[in-house]
Amino acid sequence: MSTLDLRSVQSTIPAAVDPAILHASGPSPAYLEYLRREKRKTVLILVSRLLLLVLCLAMWEVAARTKLVNPMLTSYPSALWPTFLDLAENGKLGLHTWATFKATMIGFASSMCLGIAIAAGLWWSDFVYKVLDPFLVVANAMPKIAFVPIFYIWLGSEYSVYGMAVSIAVFVTILAAYEGFRATDVNKIKLALTLGASRGQILTKVVLPGSVPALISALKMNIGLSLVGVIVGEFQSASEGLGFLIINGSQVFKLNIVMTAIAVLGVLSGVMYLVIARIEAATMQRYA
Amino acid sequence: MSAAINRGSPLGTAPAAGGTRPRIEIDNVSLRYFSSRGETQALDGISLEIAAGEFVSIIGQSGCGKSTLLSIIAGILEPSRGSVLVDGQPVTAPSQRIGYMLQQDYLYEWRTILDNALLGAEIQKRDLKKARQRAIQLLEKCGMGDFIHHYPRQLSGGMRQRVALARTLVTNPDVVLLDEPFSALDSQTRLAIADEVADVLRSEGKSVVLVTHDIGEAIAMTDRVVVLSRRPGRIKSQHMIGFPSHPQGRPTPFEARSLPEFNGYFSTLWDELDVHVEG
Repeated sequence: MSTLDLRSVQSTIPAAVDPAILHASGPSPAYLEYLRREKRKTVLILVSRLLLLVLCLAMWEVAARTKLVNPMLTSYPSALWPTFLDLAENGKLGLHTWATFKATMIGFASSMCLGIAIAAGLWWSDFVYKVLDPFLVVANAMPKIAFVPIFYIWLGSEYSVYGMAVSIAVFVTILAAYEGFRATDVNKIKLALTLGASRGQILTKVVLPGSVPALISALKMNIGLSLVGVIVGEFQSASEGLGFLIINGSQVFKLNIVMTAIAVLGVLSGVMYLVIARIEAATMQRYA
Repeated sequence: MSAAINRGSPLGTAPAAGGTRPRIEIDNVSLRYFSSRGETQALDGISLEIAAGEFVSIIGQSGCGKSTLLSIIAGILEPSRGSVLVDGQPVTAPSQRIGYMLQQDYLYEWRTILDNALLGAEIQKRDLKKARQRAIQLLEKCGMGDFIHHYPRQLSGGMRQRVALARTLVTNPDVVLLDEPFSALDSQTRLAIADEVADVLRSEGKSVVLVTHDIGEAIAMTDRVVVLSRRPGRIKSQHMIGFPSHPQGRPTPFEARSLPEFNGYFSTLWDELDVHVEG
């Protein structure tokens, strides 16, 4: 197709000096039609997503109401709403959500900083990396949830939650960041060397800024894992947070509360992910 | 200091007058490197002197160690034997007097053009205000004045290599090493950029060592061509290049290619290189 060829050629021309984009005469009807088609596709995808969500909720509702499944065990959407309102009104829901959010942020920030610092150390000394490599691999593969009771004993109720988040998230961060550091183009490093750069300058001026894409993908994994760590930590030890609400609700068999907390958790993780995706989009423009 | 006395004439055709110290002295340099598969003699007893303002090219077949020799002059590789002096001082680490232009631009995509050009000044902790002025001047000289706030991905290959030239010159080195700096460009851009680079470097009075496998480029751009043998790299022969038929004696690289002397040098060097087409 000739139109396809044309587009692929245009994309190789730098945007700033692209003489092939026509401005003066205004968009042609064919181009407007192309834009309309693209727009329609986007809308269709959005609508389909919403429909899928509504369909799932409807199936859940119908299955529970017709006793296809036991509503005592599953609850159902329309029963959650009053619970949600009730919890929201007495302020508990906000409190618990905030507690979980705060703990996640603390775990996220600490594991990012710690992970990047350790990865930088590994980059700095190949010897240290080679010595530590098997330990890191095992530590990463280890189910960290096994440590929940120990952390509770060692760190107490508040800090064990942070500890859990960090221990779950930090190893992935170390490995992802280190991979990013290692993937830095050796010629970019050589260039800095010819200009007389020290090892520290190579780290701060080439390796770190050049690894931003890798660090952002570490960020994306990290935020989800931190949340897992916080919830698991709260199961054991906390007196607040969505994890506490879930455990507490299940112990007194109030499935409405459990399901509501899970739904809020879903929204919370969705929002955090979207924020990261925004940051990613804004940053990646530079790294195209 | 001899550096202050002889900055090199802008035309740079004449080697330094007797009694003046050469800008670069390469004395009996050899390099042997080891790997698990064995040891390799890459360079063997290279001795070469380059005057201030002189343009010298080093040609040879791939793998003859010509890029390795540049890395040694730049101080990022240590020779197994021999030494390199710049203005009488031994080079043991990357020196601020030496600028190095690599095969590709390797611009950092997260920095603007101006910030890329300032990389060397930042690393060497120079006065950034002054460096910024010089960078803008140089970018304008290279025809990149309108693009200083752009990002590298917005520029074509030739434009990016011009920025790389400006980046090399911002720290004002006396010696510029060019390691096949045009090999990543298409042939038309290559001719145009070679002209511009030669022009900028001559007007700044730099001493230049150009490594290339392109015989034509070596003849067109430099005053002297050094031919290296196959591995281990030794100096096989040296050829002074001059164009008496040109009214100013110093044609641009593009003009040089159409002058009568060009073909003579070309066939001599072609025989010297002893190119075998295999397969």
